[in-house]
Amino acid sequence: MKSLQGTWAIGWNTFTELVRMKVFYFLLIFALLIIGNSAFVAKFSFQEQFQMLKDISLGAMSVFTSMLAILATANFLPKDMEDRTIYTILAKPVPRISYLLGKLTGILLLLALSIGLMTAMFLSVLWFGEQGVLAETRAQLAGAPAEELALAIREVTEGTFNANLAPGIAIIFIKAALLASLTLFLSTFASSGLFAILMSVAIYFIGHLQSTAREFWMAGIDVAWWSRVMAAIVALIFPDLQAFNFVDDVIAGVQVPLSLFLQTAALGGLYVGVYFLLAALVFAGREL
Amino acid sequence: MILRRSLAVLLLAGFGAAILPFQARLAAEAKAANFRSTVLNLDLRERIGQMGFLAALSGFRSPLAAFLWIEAHSAWENTEWGRMAGLFDTVTTLQPRSLLYWDMASWHMAWNASVAAMQDEKQPSEALRIRAQRQYFELGRDLLERGIRNNPDRYQLYLQLGVLLRDKIEDPCAAADAFLRASEFPDAPPYAKRFAGYMLAKCAGREREAYDLLRALYLAGEQNRLPTLTHLVGELEKSLDIPATERVESVQHLDSRPTDSP
Repeated sequence: MKSLQGTWAIGWNTFTELVRMKVFYFLLIFALLIIGNSAFVAKFSFQEQFQMLKDISLGAMSVFTSMLAILATANFLPKDMEDRTIYTILAKPVPRISYLLGKLTGILLLLALSIGLMTAMFLSVLWFGEQGVLAETRAQLAGAPAEELALAIREVTEGTFNANLAPGIAIIFIKAALLASLTLFLSTFASSGLFAILMSVAIYFIGHLQSTAREFWMAGIDVAWWSRVMAAIVALIFPDLQAFNFVDDVIAGVQVPLSLFLQTAALGGLYVGVYFLLAALVFAGREL
Repeated sequence: MILRRSLAVLLLAGFGAAILPFQARLAAEAKAANFRSTVLNLDLRERIGQMGFLAALSGFRSPLAAFLWIEAHSAWENTEWGRMAGLFDTVTTLQPRSLLYWDMASWHMAWNASVAAMQDEKQPSEALRIRAQRQYFELGRDLLERGIRNNPDRYQLYLQLGVLLRDKIEDPCAAADAFLRASEFPDAPPYAKRFAGYMLAKCAGREREAYDLLRALYLAGEQNRLPTLTHLVGELEKSLDIPATERVESVQHLDSRPTDSP
């Protein structure tokens, strides 16, 4: 219980520290991006406007949270060592695993809050857009038959909000949590924050190709042995980040089956847990 | 420390091996749900450049598609039809599950580019202008057919294909099939079936099928008894020589043929 309290205290401290670092300024860029986008695409049809708003907003949410997860996590251990705060904490009866868990908790809190704020901004802009188009549609079809008006309204509402936006956004958070946990693992043996950032970014790109490498390896195609070995290494060591790419299909209006969502979320949770335990394993043996 | 790092890497590989079947199953399930159907190949790499391809590989397909769509819109404003067609091809490759991109791209080709080709003052030969127009119709049709292949589970593109076949290519039989296919979806609008009936009535050899469909619609309720439908039912009853006892009651009101809305 005491250990949990300690973990929570470190987590909350990490969160407030990040907030004081003014990381939320990136939300201003996000707001400018989506509001600017709405103004810029005003000449398009409403379907195109909503499509592009979703494309850009959800794409930006995915980029920003991934960047935030990597950049915020990578610097923690090297910075705490440089500032010597880590020695003050670990000199107390705080297990190293609690320290790491606290750090991860703080970053996850930050990611959750960031996604929450970005979602609120995105949905507000979408809602205002929808209301504008609905008012225009009602005015244009004032004398039209009820069936025609209902169809037009259905077309507008289906083009804006759909239930599958929620699992799409949830998966963005899970992907960011995975990246945070992975970066934490890398930073346990990294000599600097820069190393952890570079490694995480490289893994981010390779991770999106993991599924291709896995399929290539498992298909047993008759190619040079070293090609298969490389594919096997990528398939075994790197996370399958493509599995967390729901956004592109969600924007296109594809329904997310519940079982697919739950399994993907479980896979994300598993990755987070495994990377965290590996980080704890390496960190436990690290000389401070 | 080195021992721990090595152990961590080994454990990571072990974990990777343990979840391989789960990942494979998840990928198969995603494919079955029509997720991640984009094919990122060398052809796309040529079209969007190295940075674009990198972005597409990293999960930023949709923002990239949006930017290219805006570029295509600029091309439209400058009436650069060829560039537009190329950009549409790229956008639809990046986002094959977005109905809007297929639909709008097809509309631009079959409705806008085709009209521009027909009014091209630089081309004195009418035959060549007509040929160019037909080519744009076919481009529009091709976009919709490819869109349908990528989205066989949604009605919208079947409906648009029906409209294009009816209004531009003027092939009532093919249009009827497209409308019929659209009407099979539970969420399709009711006019899809009506349109299928109208087109079947114009398709030589399928008049009986048209009659059966339109008659069923007529008898299904008041909401379907629109002037065009009622008129066609009467016409078909006459041409197919349907016995008086089997004719629908409205046959005596078939003198005029006003248009109706969808």
